[in-house]
Amino acid sequence: MTPPRISQPGTGASRSYEAVWRIESARVIAALARRTGDVGLAEDLAHDAFVSALEQWPVSGVPKNPGAWLVTVGKRRWFDSLRRRGTLEGKHSDLTRQAEVRQQLAGADFDEVDEEVGDDRLRLIFTACHPVLSREARVALTLRLVAGLTTEEIARAYLVREPTVAQRVVRAKRSLSEARVPFELPPASQLEERLDAVLEVVYLVFNEGYAATAGEQWARPELCHEALRLGRIIAELLPAEPEVHGLVALMELQASRLHARFGPGGKAVLLADQDRSRWDLLLVNRGLAALDRASELAVVPGSGRGLGPYGLQAAIAACHARAATLAATDWVRICALYEALAQVAPSPVVELNRAVALSMAYGPEVGLEVVDSLVPNPQLAGYYLLPSVRGDLLAKLGRFEEARADLQRAASLTRNESEQQLLLDRAARMPPSAPK
Amino acid sequence: MRFMMFIYPKIEGQAGPAATEAWLPSAEALAAMGKYNDELAKAGVLLSLDGLHSPAEAVRVQFPSGKAPVVKDGPFTEAKEMIGGYWLIDVKSQDEAIEWAKRCPLGEGAAELELRQVFELSEFPPELLASAANSEK
Repeated sequence: MTPPRISQPGTGASRSYEAVWRIESARVIAALARRTGDVGLAEDLAHDAFVSALEQWPVSGVPKNPGAWLVTVGKRRWFDSLRRRGTLEGKHSDLTRQAEVRQQLAGADFDEVDEEVGDDRLRLIFTACHPVLSREARVALTLRLVAGLTTEEIARAYLVREPTVAQRVVRAKRSLSEARVPFELPPASQLEERLDAVLEVVYLVFNEGYAATAGEQWARPELCHEALRLGRIIAELLPAEPEVHGLVALMELQASRLHARFGPGGKAVLLADQDRSRWDLLLVNRGLAALDRASELAVVPGSGRGLGPYGLQAAIAACHARAATLAATDWVRICALYEALAQVAPSPVVELNRAVALSMAYGPEVGLEVVDSLVPNPQLAGYYLLPSVRGDLLAKLGRFEEARADLQRAASLTRNESEQQLLLDRAARMPPSAPK
Repeated sequence: MRFMMFIYPKIEGQAGPAATEAWLPSAEALAAMGKYNDELAKAGVLLSLDGLHSPAEAVRVQFPSGKAPVVKDGPFTEAKEMIGGYWLIDVKSQDEAIEWAKRCPLGEGAAELELRQVFELSEFPPELLASAANSEK
């Protein structure tokens, strides 16, 4: 099923329909999915309803509550198809099926007011991020069903062909119905695990936008914006979950630096060299506020309970956001936060970051000791940031020959041309080692 | 993109304490607005919002040429439209902003909304930013 084609692209009316779709689609699909129990069918019905809207609204005017109108029309479509099937199957005397359809029709209240049930959108989010789906499928389905993006928009953002995305969405919907995934909120016992899967999808979208692993552009801010919007929605729907606020805080704080990350000619600017006056203060403040909420909810003094991985990363980002200059950064606190992060989410990449923080707080030789302990780690083999960090620390210790070799090695390990250039420039700036 | 949505309440023909009183919304209006704000937040588009005190309490600072700044107290009867508050929203298009504005629960003729797009740093020409940064030093 393709998204509704708007007959006259770019005209005032059609653009306003697109805006209505953006605002209403998730709610409409969610409301229909609650009734039909099938998100794929719900999306088709929502599109049908939207096509009716495109025909009727120019004549009758936009209804007062467009969302409720769309749900009602979608629901009618569904009843019609059930009735048709009921009659058809009557001839085939499949009694069980007949009884089922009759029951569904009897339970249907045509005049029922289509007020949103608060949890509908949340059900939709958990279903789109269901663990039976691959990560890729979850991302595509979430952007399509929850964020209201068209297949074309998703394809453009991910630099893949439109049919590829369409395929992914179709397959994902099929997997959900084959696995008979119910349109439900996860039971309390599974909430944490299922929420992790949701937050992972949101952060994947954000990072794809922030780090732009592919393509000529360094970042694709539209993906960051979509992820932020999703995060903000989930934070409103699950206000008591600290990690949701932690993730929102992390994204707001990282997004606050989007404009400062690129210099003239689109060249990357490292955090240390960024013009901090270009950080977006509104996002910084929103990020700090979200982090406060996460901390209030998560930190239970004396219990050993504290922030989760997103909250801790946000707390680290907040240390940078609060520092007016690089020199004013509270590196000692950052070291402690990385240590906590290594406890809850151990990884060699976290260790590498901790090494950088240690070198800033206590001197390059302390950092280098940790970095050297990571060199034999097979998980970091081929990871360009390891020799890049090592090269920097060696340079600070005046071991320029070794530093140059490491920086060149780092350059050979990254495929991002802009990053490569940055590393080679740094390698070229290394003075010859002072004679001992 | 960000839009500032300003509200201009219609309080014509009222002055003094009556105007200040009329400025305060009714309980119903407040409840309806709360629901609307909640919807904006749940859609992930609301960045911030504020309501402003009555324009009768407004103060203006003017900069006449060659003189020190002049402070003037309200009310300013010559002004037909006074801002009553604002929402800052983060949306994908001007149409989405308009769609949200249309949903604002305002009584007939009670107020008007104005949408203004917020400048993003990336919209300023790089040369302008560079020369502004230089003149700072």
